[in-house]
Amino acid sequence: MVSANTKMGLVFFPAFDWAISPTHPEREERLLFTQDQVFEEGLLDFDGIIEYKPELATIQDIQRVHFCVPDELSVITESHLVSAGGAITVGTRVVEKKVERGFALVRPPGHHAMRVVHGGRGFCNINIEAMMIEYLRKTFGIGRVAIVDTDCHHGDGTQDIYWHDPDTLFISVHQDGRTLYPGSGFLHEMGGPTAAGTTINLPLPPRTSEEGFLYVLENAILPMLDDFKPDLVVNSAGQDNHYTDPITNMSFSAHGYAELTRRLKADVAVLEGGYSIEGALPYVNVGIIMAMAGLDYSAVREPDYQPDKIRQGSQVTSAIEEMVAEALEVWRQGPEIRARNLKKNHYAERDRHIFYDTDHIMENQRELLHLCPDCAGTLVIDSSADTGHRIYAVHIPRKACGDCVKAGYDFYERAETRLYNSVIMQDRTTDKYLVRK
Amino acid sequence: MIIGLDVGGTHTDAVLIGDGSIMRQVKVPTEHANLFECVWSALEQVTRDVRPEKIRRAVLSTTLTTNAIAEQKMAPTGMIVSAGPGVNPELFRTGPHYFCVSGSIDHRGREVQGLDKTEIRRVAARLNSEGVRHVGVVSKFSVRNPKHETWIAEILGDSFDKIVLGHRLSGNLNFPRRIATAYLNAAIFGIHKQFFEAVRESLDRRGLRIPIFILKADGGTISFESSIDFPGQTILSGPAASVMGALPFAALDRDTLVLDIGGTTTDMAVLVRRSPLLEPLGGEIGGFKTLIRSLRTKSIGLGGDSVVRAVEGELQIGPDRLGKAMAYGGPAPTPTDALYVLGMGRGGDAEASRRGLTPIATQIGTSLEEAANRIFDLTCQKILAASAEMIETINSKPVYTVKEILSGYKVEPREILVLGGPAPHFARHLARITRLCVQAVPQWHVANAIGAALAKTTSEVALFADTEIGYAYAPEDDFIKQIGSDFTMRGAVELAFDLLRKKHIKAGAAESEMDIEIIEQAEFNMVRGFSKAGKNIRVKVQVKPGLIPSYHEVLGGIGDYCALPGSI
Repeated sequence: MVSANTKMGLVFFPAFDWAISPTHPEREERLLFTQDQVFEEGLLDFDGIIEYKPELATIQDIQRVHFCVPDELSVITESHLVSAGGAITVGTRVVEKKVERGFALVRPPGHHAMRVVHGGRGFCNINIEAMMIEYLRKTFGIGRVAIVDTDCHHGDGTQDIYWHDPDTLFISVHQDGRTLYPGSGFLHEMGGPTAAGTTINLPLPPRTSEEGFLYVLENAILPMLDDFKPDLVVNSAGQDNHYTDPITNMSFSAHGYAELTRRLKADVAVLEGGYSIEGALPYVNVGIIMAMAGLDYSAVREPDYQPDKIRQGSQVTSAIEEMVAEALEVWRQGPEIRARNLKKNHYAERDRHIFYDTDHIMENQRELLHLCPDCAGTLVIDSSADTGHRIYAVHIPRKACGDCVKAGYDFYERAETRLYNSVIMQDRTTDKYLVRK
Repeated sequence: MIIGLDVGGTHTDAVLIGDGSIMRQVKVPTEHANLFECVWSALEQVTRDVRPEKIRRAVLSTTLTTNAIAEQKMAPTGMIVSAGPGVNPELFRTGPHYFCVSGSIDHRGREVQGLDKTEIRRVAARLNSEGVRHVGVVSKFSVRNPKHETWIAEILGDSFDKIVLGHRLSGNLNFPRRIATAYLNAAIFGIHKQFFEAVRESLDRRGLRIPIFILKADGGTISFESSIDFPGQTILSGPAASVMGALPFAALDRDTLVLDIGGTTTDMAVLVRRSPLLEPLGGEIGGFKTLIRSLRTKSIGLGGDSVVRAVEGELQIGPDRLGKAMAYGGPAPTPTDALYVLGMGRGGDAEASRRGLTPIATQIGTSLEEAANRIFDLTCQKILAASAEMIETINSKPVYTVKEILSGYKVEPREILVLGGPAPHFARHLARITRLCVQAVPQWHVANAIGAALAKTTSEVALFADTEIGYAYAPEDDFIKQIGSDFTMRGAVELAFDLLRKKHIKAGAAESEMDIEIIEQAEFNMVRGFSKAGKNIRVKVQVKPGLIPSYHEVLGGIGDYCALPGSI
């Protein structure tokens, strides 16, 4: 019998009966050929590769992370609960040490879903990694978490959710936002005033190939992880940097993905995007599973793989080197900036306009953060969308100090319900979600 | 009349069933070294003075191929494996004559890299020079496109006794299992053929022209003639026989746990509304995971002859067996001896059982009777715990659609059927410690042979269609056909049913056994850019495993539950 060298858990949930629309990239057969390849290679029979059935996530799991408008069931389908539940299942098995690592090969994805959800953005409705992480924090008391988002698109949803959380390091490596949806993820986006430096963006020029990805990994991501010392490393494992992906412009390969996976050593990987469903996904996923299981993936390659043809040019290489140098500077400055900000105003404000490309919704947000020296600070969001919905949402962070808890409840109770469809309290100190109407 | 014959570990049982009763039953000791002699002697005895034309069929469940694999008494077998990129095929090496060759086919069945004829000729020459007569040929994704396997077979020509092609064994995707299955089929081909030709000849000599069927691992039967090409199907028929033996007595409206409590092991299986559950991909034997359609059974090292010990004041039972129970002259105390101490044994030496259990009672600090009670109880508890684990595994099988996640069927047995050695005693105690309805299978001591006798022929067809490339393909049936872009799911199902009917008749089934159903059905659009380029259709159909339609008439009165000893 063939054995894996590293015991790994896998949730495979291709949602063969779910699509955004019949010809949308996020459609039924997205993982069909991946299933065929993984089954044919016999990986699920390997001793030490354990396939788990996904548990269903609950509404409470959503409420721990999101403010859904007008409510949870209006913005999700059952498939989202299975997909998030699959990530939770894998994360749980890893934290319980039933397996050393895990991979949630699930759809639909989630990394474009922000804290407030009026609908679908970038094929995402709820953030499956954040739901998993917050479930693990609540259930097992996990503290510091690092998320490395290797999807080709900037993980703006995950960035938004952890913008003000100094205990969560979010690193996104993606195709430069000037050339691709969602048009964000620049170096200067480095986290909120009291969490500066725990959001790191590593934008890559189009046509970056294996060499560039591994350079960024070795010179930026791994050193930052070493510094941050997370209890759990999560990889948002999008597969759309592949040279055959129809909606992006990168030159990454199945071998490169496997190599990145082996070196990153994430505890949990969660599938995000990747829409080259025949030419890339079958090979990339076999590569990732084998790398996580500690197996030799050197013979995994696409039928049309010609490394010389997709190798990045020297301009790309030097652009990446410059970008990494700047990112390291951002990383270095983080702590100073945080300290400086705490001496400033009592509150920080932020106005934002958010576009939901999948559901064609425009949202306006005003955010108010209490700059607290003792905790991440209570956050208040006033959000209205062109759907006619307006909410007032209060988020009290997990380790909020007594003053911030009290301030949060003051905001919640004082808000005028006649101005809003609902006034919501997300109290993470007691894992409560309250709504006033 | 029907004959059922089951070769067990210690005894070979044969029954002659007809007119609603067991007309004759024969028990001969199993001689593994000379299986033919014991099968023949049982057949001879059970058919003595019976008019051959009265016998409709004989179904044999033998350990021939299972033992050959377990004891590694297989013919030297060559494997030619074409993998292409992916997992290193060396990991699946079956033995010394294993050759990886070039060539690659992708998941849609498109050729990525061609074969190298010279390379294959070289391998063929080498196999010939090494005296290998049996060869398995397997390429990755041959169930999407058999071209490479077929070409390799053509190049090998007729210089071997048997060439097994991977795509003919199963429609399921799993390259390593395909390799193992092709290997096993090629390796036991000779033994199987020789054995049954000997049976056939001996029957012919006696003028007994009885149709011979063989019990398969999936609990179905196949005519001996059809089994010759794919002898792998005949492995693991032992557990299948016991499941089929319990089947007539299982409830139609609920789930059933079947326990076959033997000397060395207890085999367990689950019936869902009288339908046996199958392994998702195939059975496992001798360390090989295969694509051989098999009933889902679990075996634990706990039976009537398991050794009982006291370890640091705690009882421990099994998993080893040192021999018979002490009541029958064995070397160590066993659960069977506990039954003797409790006055439930017949025909053995109860005094020996007492002698054997006394030191154990002393070590755990109880009376002899109490020790026996605890041993018996612990045996039952362990069997129940293992069953619960099996059911949990079945229920946690991953599914891949939202609908199945939300509406998934949960197996929940409401009754237990017990067969094997001391079935009634176990049934009685199991009834006490569970809330389930527990029954011993009538004629539990020959239930396996009855199960073999009554099992019906089964067949399965997997059909795959890709309207963009333009073909429909049923690998096991060697059926490939061009299709147009207007090919539909309905057409696919019709085609699959058609192939199934033909295959079923060929396997020796009667028209009346044509109980066909769709077991898997999926259809996907393939999109290029933002428009549909074709459909990808997958269909699996089968003849339901079960009992021959006339089993009621044949079984008649023995279908009543047997009375349990004592009261419950």
